[in-house]
Formats: sequence, structure tokens, C-alpha cells
Amino acid sequence: MNYGPLVFLAAFAALAASWFGFVLTPHLQIGHLQQTNTVPSGVSYPVARSGLAQQGLQVYRANGCAYCHSQQVAQTGTLFDLVLTNPGTNQASTVAAIQSINPRLSQPEVLEIIGKVPVHLLTMVSKSTAEAAAKTVNATGANAVPWIVPIGPDIQRGWGSRRTVAEDFLFDYPVLPGSQRIGPDLSNVGVRQPDPGWHLRHLYAPASVVPGSTMPPYPFLFEKKKVGRVPSPSALPLSGIATVEDGYEVIPKPEALALAEYLVSLQAYAPLFNAPLSVALGKPTSPTETNSISISGGDKAPSDISMP
Amino acid sequence: MSSKSAFQTATGDSLPADISCRWPLFVLLSGAVFWLLAGSILTLIGTIKFHAPDFLAEPAWLTYGRVRPAGLNAMIYGFCLPSALGLTLWLLARLGRTTLAGAIPVVFGGLLWHLGVGAGVVGVLSGDATGFEHLEFPSYAVAMIAASYLVLGVAGVLTFRQRAERGLFVTQWFLLAAIFWFPWIYSTATILTSVYPVRGMAQAVVGWWFSANLILVWFGLVGLGIVFYLLPRLLDRELESHYLAMFVFWMLILFGTWTGIPKTAPVPAWIPMMSKVTTVLAGLALLGAALILHRTLGADYRLLSTDPSLMFAGFAVASFVIAGFMGIAEVLSGASSMLHLSWYATARSWLQLYGFFAMALFAGIYYVWPQLTGRPFPLPRLVRLHFWLAASGVMLAVIPLAVGGIVQDGNHANPEMAFVDVAKGTLTFLRISSIGDVLTLAGHFLLALNVLLAIGAFCWDRVRIALRTATIELQEQGVNS
Ligand code: HEC
Repeated sequence: MNYGPLVFLAAFAALAASWFGFVLTPHLQIGHLQQTNTVPSGVSYPVARSGLAQQGLQVYRANGCAYCHSQQVAQTGTLFDLVLTNPGTNQASTVAAIQSINPRLSQPEVLEIIGKVPVHLLTMVSKSTAEAAAKTVNATGANAVPWIVPIGPDIQRGWGSRRTVAEDFLFDYPVLPGSQRIGPDLSNVGVRQPDPGWHLRHLYAPASVVPGSTMPPYPFLFEKKKVGRVPSPSALPLSGIATVEDGYEVIPKPEALALAEYLVSLQAYAPLFNAPLSVALGKPTSPTETNSISISGGDKAPSDISMP
Repeated sequence: MSSKSAFQTATGDSLPADISCRWPLFVLLSGAVFWLLAGSILTLIGTIKFHAPDFLAEPAWLTYGRVRPAGLNAMIYGFCLPSALGLTLWLLARLGRTTLAGAIPVVFGGLLWHLGVGAGVVGVLSGDATGFEHLEFPSYAVAMIAASYLVLGVAGVLTFRQRAERGLFVTQWFLLAAIFWFPWIYSTATILTSVYPVRGMAQAVVGWWFSANLILVWFGLVGLGIVFYLLPRLLDRELESHYLAMFVFWMLILFGTWTGIPKTAPVPAWIPMMSKVTTVLAGLALLGAALILHRTLGADYRLLSTDPSLMFAGFAVASFVIAGFMGIAEVLSGASSMLHLSWYATARSWLQLYGFFAMALFAGIYYVWPQLTGRPFPLPRLVRLHFWLAASGVMLAVIPLAVGGIVQDGNHANPEMAFVDVAKGTLTFLRISSIGDVLTLAGHFLLALNVLLAIGAFCWDRVRIALRTATIELQEQGVNS
């Protein structure tokens, strides 16, 4: 009996299955994503990058920055902070309740912090702990809410406050999530380094800005020329190990300006329904330091898009 | 037991299949060897930048982010694919006891292919890369490669259809599936990432799907297809067994085709999850391949040293298995492990691409070439030397990178350690691995030398024969008049 055609058909079906599963379905699912709203403030997300930043993305692509830089922040789980948003009117019992959930606080400390709502009562605890503590505090008429804190090595490193999601790349072409971390993840480099001037100096001579940097320099994105009658206002302020001969200045080419604009536009931290997070006030601490209290930043109004 | 070494059998007459494949394979393979050299030189330039970031920093076209993809694509599209296709055509003709269909179109197809690769490499160096890994060639290069594939693929199918031997050997299944699967994945990926790009991260999913299907499935099908042909030939015994080989075939196309989506991919969670499960299941293919080698050799691994092609083939199967298990370890590593974004992943894919596939291709080239020309390679000793350079080069490149990646991942998980220190912690490993790159490059020169001399000798033979016939004719005319 000749099994040939049967084997052929079965192999065809197996290959086709993978195509339907990993090409068609993701396309139907992701390709139809729309702009979404941040949670809870309901701002539209993402907004398309500016024209200059889009040109910068092309410079990033052409020069293969993605062979050293990923743009995918990983999240390994979530923990919770307990935040007091309203101390209520029954101060004495609120103070007692707060002390019962966080015995390390003395009475004067508690009195001091409840005057500065919103303030963290617990940081980095499990969901059940946060919810139980919230119940205790809220029984006194005060209002404390658990806040979501994404965790993981990338987040602890300060590379982002939540995981990267498909929405972050909605308007990019091509998407460059990268596959290597010879350099740091750049999903949120625009938050860490909001100054385009910093990026220009760094691109021209990385080691002059970050001592010991192993990133290759990009001198070809700049033009070295003789200083004219008046020095160019766009010349790079060079210092340290990156200097040019007297009488010369370094002017960023349009590609460099676009690239810097793109880097500054890399800010993927808006809290979304599928990647929730509440405010992180202050730099996230490591999960081992649970139950410590954070009073820093307690005077700032919470906004759902603040970053470490 | 007689070991039918390529050097012993190939001294005499070539079969019709060999004669029909001669020029098509000369074109495909010698172009491939050229890109092998070019690719490894470009890759080496990239690696040197880790020793000295300022090295060749000024010319834009030699920046790391261009030479690295240019080198890798030269390796994949310049060396791996044309050699694989050339060997596929030869195997289909040989196993079908027929001749190559459309030999002349294939010669031109091969030329077009290599021109396309040239356009692609220049395109990437000049900043035209698409940004999708393993798909970097710009559309003008892809168009040439696709047109050429049409010729080569059709020639393969026609050769298969005109076969005189109706019984099928497992290798034919592997190769036939590969002939169909490549245009499918390549056109899908090109169309959906470059021609009518899908939205956002869907582009990246298509790209990852393509990469896994090319490097695990396609390379797996062709590489193992070649090895499963060579083992019984060179050992002069049956493949143990055909059923096991078909099992490997099914595991590859059932599960291997669903792999490749990294676990941190910013996409709906079911996609990386699915990919993780199938990566583990595809492990069955690895076990199958290991078992076939072991049983066909009858557990006597010393037999491998009887022929250089066997040495290459044995190394290839071992790499296939180890790289596969490295991949399984990668997907099963803990949630906070980022091995897939570290040097470990580079080591794994290099082991699959070079340790497995390129080595299987070397096995095939060293076996097939002498049959085409009807004489052994001019410098047979260099073949063994090439093996040792390649084998030690792969190990010197892969082991330090894998260990370096694990160290890197451990350091990354410690937020107290500054990033620059994490990066510096990998430098020693990187530097050792560049020694491996140099060794493999040296091996490529040996292969190129043999190929060059072999073509030279072949052409010289033709000329001599032509001259001799001409002289005889002249003498006869002289006698007659
Ligand atoms: C060979 C690998 C490599 C390439 C290619 C590379 N980088 Fe880097 N990059 C690094 C390393 C290593 C660091 C960390 C040291 C430093 O900050 O300079 C870094 C740091 C950075 C930083 C600072 C990140 C931070 O967290 O402060 C930015 C921004 C950056 N790179 C942008 C780029 C851009 C844009 C390109 C492409 C034009 C590029 N890099 C290409 C290796 C690379």
C-alpha cells in the first residue's frame, strides 16, 4: 500500500496548523489592538511618536541598536503596597489600627504620616496581607487601598515599572523588541535620561558619559568641523575623554537629533488594564524588605504615571 | 567491513545524477563557500568591537549593528541555504536514480541567488536592514532570492517526480517537506513584516515564528536528512531505523513549528506559553536523533573517525541534540531568569546554526563534491584538519558564551550590581569565544582552498582532454591526407 499521499497530506496539515496558530491568530489578536486607556486615569494610550522620533526609530533600525538593546521589560509577579488615602475622623483608632498592622511605627510617627496622605503604610506585601490590613484600617472609618506593584529583576533594576506589553509598540514600524542585553533595556530610557543632549553626547562618545562603557561610539552620526566666526549653538559640549582639537566643534547630524528624540520618546510605563500598576512612590525596594514603611514622597499627590 | 570513503569511491566514474548536478552544484557550493568566508570575517569584525569598542567605529557600514546581521545573514542565506539546496537537489537526483531536472536553469538560479545575497549584504551594511532578525535583507535582495528559489524549488520537485526508483528513503521525506516549507515561511514572513506589515507586535511574532521554523525546523529537516543519508552510506549498513527517522520527522513538524516565542515577549501570554510546551515536546526529536546515531553506529563511536564526512556528521547530530536541550533548559528556567536575552541564547543558536547545520553541510559537501568531479579533493589532509578546527572552534565559541550567559543572568538578577559591571563580567567569556571564531574562520580557508583547487583541477582536466582529442583528430587528418 502506498502511504505517500497520506504522509504528504498529514505533513501539510501539521505545517499549516503552525501557520494558523502562530501567524494568523496572533495577527487577529494583536493586529486588531486599538488605542486603549490607562487605568485609572483613562488617558489614551499609546499616542503615536512625533515625526522626528519616528525618523529616529529608522536610525535605530538602520544601525542595529537592537542587537545590543532589548525593549522588553519582564515582570515575574506582583506585590502590593497599602496606601492610606484618607485618615478618617476617628484619629485614635486609626492610629491604633495602623500600629497593629505595622508595629514598627511609633505613635508620633503614625501621627506625623497620617497628616500627609496619601502615604504608604506597607510596601511589597502579598495581596492577602494588603487586603487584610486594609480591612483593619478601614474598619476605623479611614480609607486605605492596596496598590499593585509589579516585581522582577528588570523592574528592580529600574528598567521599568511594569512589564512591556503589545500596546507599547502599537504604532511602531518596525517593532524592535531586541533579543540581547549587551546594553541595558531601553523600554523606558526616556524616563531615565529625558535630556536629548545627554543622548547626543553619549552616542558620540559613550565612555565619556558613562565611565567604563563598552558601547561602541557613533561618530558617523556627527560632523566635525572648523568653528566658524561664531561657535555653532548646536555643537556638543564635550568634556573628559571626548574632546576635539582646538578650533573644531562637533555638530550632530539630523540623524543623531532624530535618534535622540526617539530615545527620549521611549517611555512605556502607563498603567494599563492588562499590565496594572499603581503609583510607585520612590524607587521600588527589593521584595525582601517587606513591611518597611516608606514615607518618602508621601507629600506628592499620587499620579498613576510616576516613575522611579 | 569496507568503509566507503568519499575518497575511495570517488576516484572513478560519476553517475548520471552526478554529471547532471556538476555545474549547478559548482555554482551553488562555490558561491556558498565565498559567503562562508565573507560571513565569518564580518562576524569577526563585530566580535573585535567587544575587545575594543573604538575599532572601526568611524565607517557607518562597519558599525556593530550592521556587521553583525550582515555576517549572520551571509552565513544563513549565503552559505547555509544554497549549500543545503544544492545538496538537496543532488540527493533527490541520486536517490531517485535520475538526473537533475532543469540543470541549466538551476545554474542561473544559483547565480541569481548569490547575487541576491550580495545585494542583501551590501544593503544591510548600508543601513537598509529591515530590523527583523534573520530577515534583515531589504526587499530588493529578497526579490532576487525568492525568484531564484522558485527555480531551485521547482527543479527539486521535478527531479523528485521524474525519479526512476519508486521506493522512498527517509531523506526524501525530510527534503521534500523542506522544499515546501521554506517558501511558505519565507513568503509569509517577508509579506507580513515588509510588504504589508501587520500591526505592532504581530510583526515580531511573525519574525520569531520564522526564525524558529528556519533554524530549528528547516535546518533540522535538511541537516538530518543529509546525515541520515550519509550514515548508512559511509558505514555500509542500514539506518537504525527508518521508523525512528520518521518519528523525528513528525516531532519536528508537529512541535518544532510552534516554537521560538521568547517568554518575555510583550504579546498575549498564551503565545509564549504554547511555545514553551512545544519546545519541550520537540525534545522528542532530539532523543530520536541521538538514538539513531547511537544505534546505527552500534554504540561504536570510533567508527566515526573512519571518514571525515562521518566526523562532521557525528558532530552535527551531537550539536543538534545539545542545542535542543539548551533550548529546553532556557524555556524551563525560572521566571526571573532572562537566559533568552543573554549570551546563553547566542551560544545556543550558534550551536544549532553552526555546530549542527553548517557541520552537516560540510559533511555533505566533502562527500558529494568528489563524486561530482570524479576525483578526490586535491588536499585530502586538509579535510580532517578542517574538521578539527571547526569542532574546536565551535566548542571554544559556544561553551564560554553559554557559561558567560549564565553568569550574566545571575548578575542581572542582583539589582545591587551596576549594569556596566554586569556587562564587563561577560567580557572574558566573549574574548575566549573570539578565539573560537578565529579557528572556524581558519577552517573556512581550508575548505575554500580545496574547493578552489578542485574546480581548477576539474577545468584543467577538461582542457587537457579537449586538447588531446583535438591533437588526435589533427594527427588522424594528417595521416589521411
Ligand atoms: C555593542 C553593543 C551596543 C550597541 C550596538 C549599542 N549599544 Fe547602547 N549601550 C551598550 C552598553 C554596553 C551600554 C551600557 C553602558 C553605557 O551606558 O554606555 C549602553 C547604553 C546605552 C544607553 C544608556 C542606557 C541607560 O540606561 O542609561 C543608551 C540610551 C543607548 N545605549 C543607546 C544606543 C543606541 C541608540 C544605539 C544604536 C545607535 C546603541 N545604544 C547601540 C551597548 C551597545
